[in-house]
Amino acid sequence: MKPKLNASNAVAALMCAALILLPVYSAATGNIFILTLFTRIVIFALAAASLNLIMGYGGMMSFGHAAYLGIGGYAVGILAAEGIGSGFIQWPVALVVSALFALLIGSLSLRTRGVYFIMITLAFAQMAYYVASALSRYGGDDGLTVYKRSDFAGLINLSDRTQFYYLCLGCLFGGLYLIWRIVNSRFGLVVQGVRSNEQRMQAIGFHANRYRLVCFVISGTICGLAGALLANNTDFVSPAVMYWTRSGDLMVMVILGGMGSLFGPVIGAIVYLLLEELLSQFTEFSGLILGPVLLLIVLFARGGIMGLLGRMSRG
Amino acid sequence: MAEPLLRVDNLVRRYGGITATDNLSMEVVPGELHAIIGPNGAGKTTLISQLTGQVMPNSGTITFAGRDVTSLPSYKRSRLGLARSFQITSLLKDFSAIDNVALAAQAHDGHSFRFWGNARKERHLRDTARAALERVGLGKRADIVVSQLSHGEQRELELAVALATKPQLLLLDEPMAGLGVTESARMVALLRELRKEVTIVLVEHDMEAVFALADRITVLVYGRVIACGVPDAIRRDEEVKRAYLGEQHAVTRHD
Repeated sequence: MKPKLNASNAVAALMCAALILLPVYSAATGNIFILTLFTRIVIFALAAASLNLIMGYGGMMSFGHAAYLGIGGYAVGILAAEGIGSGFIQWPVALVVSALFALLIGSLSLRTRGVYFIMITLAFAQMAYYVASALSRYGGDDGLTVYKRSDFAGLINLSDRTQFYYLCLGCLFGGLYLIWRIVNSRFGLVVQGVRSNEQRMQAIGFHANRYRLVCFVISGTICGLAGALLANNTDFVSPAVMYWTRSGDLMVMVILGGMGSLFGPVIGAIVYLLLEELLSQFTEFSGLILGPVLLLIVLFARGGIMGLLGRMSRG
Repeated sequence: MAEPLLRVDNLVRRYGGITATDNLSMEVVPGELHAIIGPNGAGKTTLISQLTGQVMPNSGTITFAGRDVTSLPSYKRSRLGLARSFQITSLLKDFSAIDNVALAAQAHDGHSFRFWGNARKERHLRDTARAALERVGLGKRADIVVSQLSHGEQRELELAVALATKPQLLLLDEPMAGLGVTESARMVALLRELRKEVTIVLVEHDMEAVFALADRITVLVYGRVIACGVPDAIRRDEEVKRAYLGEQHAVTRHD
C-alpha cells in the first residue's frame, strides 16, 4: 500500500524530518537546551508508542506502564552500581526483565477486563514502586545515581549529546517500524480483532488471551528499552519514574496524540512535554491549563491530534 | 439413520431458578438442515451457545463428529469444524468486510504468531475470503467497513465469516432476524444453496422459511424438546400447535 498524501501523513513526515534535523539546528544556534529537552521527548515518545500498541491497537488500558520505565532504568542502574558497565549486558537484561515482568502482570491481569484490568495493572506498578523504594542498597527512596553511562565498546558514545540523541531517535524509529509491521501482520490483525469483538474472535477459532498476552509482553519490552534510555539520559533512576502519575502521563500522551495511530503517541509526547515545559516557565500550576486542554481533546477530538488531522484532510 | 454429526445428551443449563435447557437430547445427521423452533424464551440461543462453547452446560454431553466436546472452549470447537452465526450481528465493526472474512480463514490456516509479513497481502487468505463473499453476494462490497454495510448485508457477512472457517456444521442463530421481505427471500435462496454443501442447524422465527427449508424440525418449549420430526409431522402435531404455533402463528402450506 502506498501511503496517501493527507494532513496526518504530512505532519508525521514533517515531524520525523524535524526530529532528524534537530541536532543540526541545535549546533548551529548553540542551543543545547533544546537537544536535551528533545532527547527526553523522544524517549517518552518511545514509551508512549509501546503503550499505544496495547492501548490503541489491543484495547488494553494499562495504567501501570511506567513500571517498565523503572524496570529498564533500574536494570541499567543496578548493573552499573555493581560494576557491570557494558551496554551489551545492561540493555539485554533490561529488556528481558521487562518482558518477564510483563509476562507476570499480563498473565494475571488479562483474566479481567475493563476497570479491573486498569486497577490490577496500576496495583502492580505501585508494587514495583514500593519495592524500588525499599531497595536501600540502591538508594531506596532517594534513587540511584548512574555514574557512568552504558558502555558500547567505543561503538557509540552515550555521553556525547548528539550521539545519544540519535541513538534514542534510532530506537524510536526502530520501535515504530516494529509496531507498524506487527500491526499489519497476522498477529496484529488478531489483536485488533479481539479489541473489536472478543466473542466473535473466539467463535471463529482464536484463543484471544494468548494473543493479548504476547502483545502485552512485546509492549512492556519496548517500554523497558525506553527505561534503559531514560536512566542513561538523566544519569539517575528513582522510584518516582514508576509512580502512577507517570503512567498517567504516558496514557495522556497516547490519548492526546491519537490512540491506534502509529505516530499519534509521538506527536502526543511532543505536545504534552513541550506544553509542560512552556507552562512551567509561566506558572507553577501548569496542570490548571493542561487539564482543560486534555478535557477539550477528549470531548471534541476523539482520535486525538492525529484523528483531528485525519478529519481535516477528509474535509 | 446415519451416524449423527452432532449428538446432544441430557443437556441441562440453569440460570438461578430458571432452567433454560432442561434435560435436552437431540441429534443432527450429516447433510440435513435441522431447524430448531420455539417461542421466545424457549432456550434456543442458550442451546446454540452451549453447542459452540460460549456457555457451558451444568450437565449432559455434546458429541461432535464422534468426539466429546462438552468441555472444549469455543475456539477449539471452531477448529473442529463447528461454526456459528450470531442472532445479534456480531462482527468486527471497524474492519472491512473482507478483513472480517479473511480473519476467519486465517484462524483455520495455522497459527497466527506471525509478526512481520503483511497479512492483508497473503493471497490465499484473501482469495478464500473473496470466494466466501462472492458466495453470499457481497463480492462488490468487500472493502466497505462493516459499520457502513446495511443490516441485510451484515447478516450475509455473518454467513460468509462462518463459511470461511470451512465448517462441517453451521449453526445459524436467526439469520433472518430484522430482514425485509426481499432480503429474507435472498437469504432463503442462499441457505437453499448452502445446505447442499454443509450440514446446518437453523434457529429461526420465520416459520415460512423454516418449513420451506428444513428436513427436520425440533420444537423447544421451556428448554425441553416437545417434538422432533419432518415438517409435515410437526405441522400436524397437536402439542406443538397448542404450545407454540397457536392461533396467531397458524401455519399454512406452501407447496
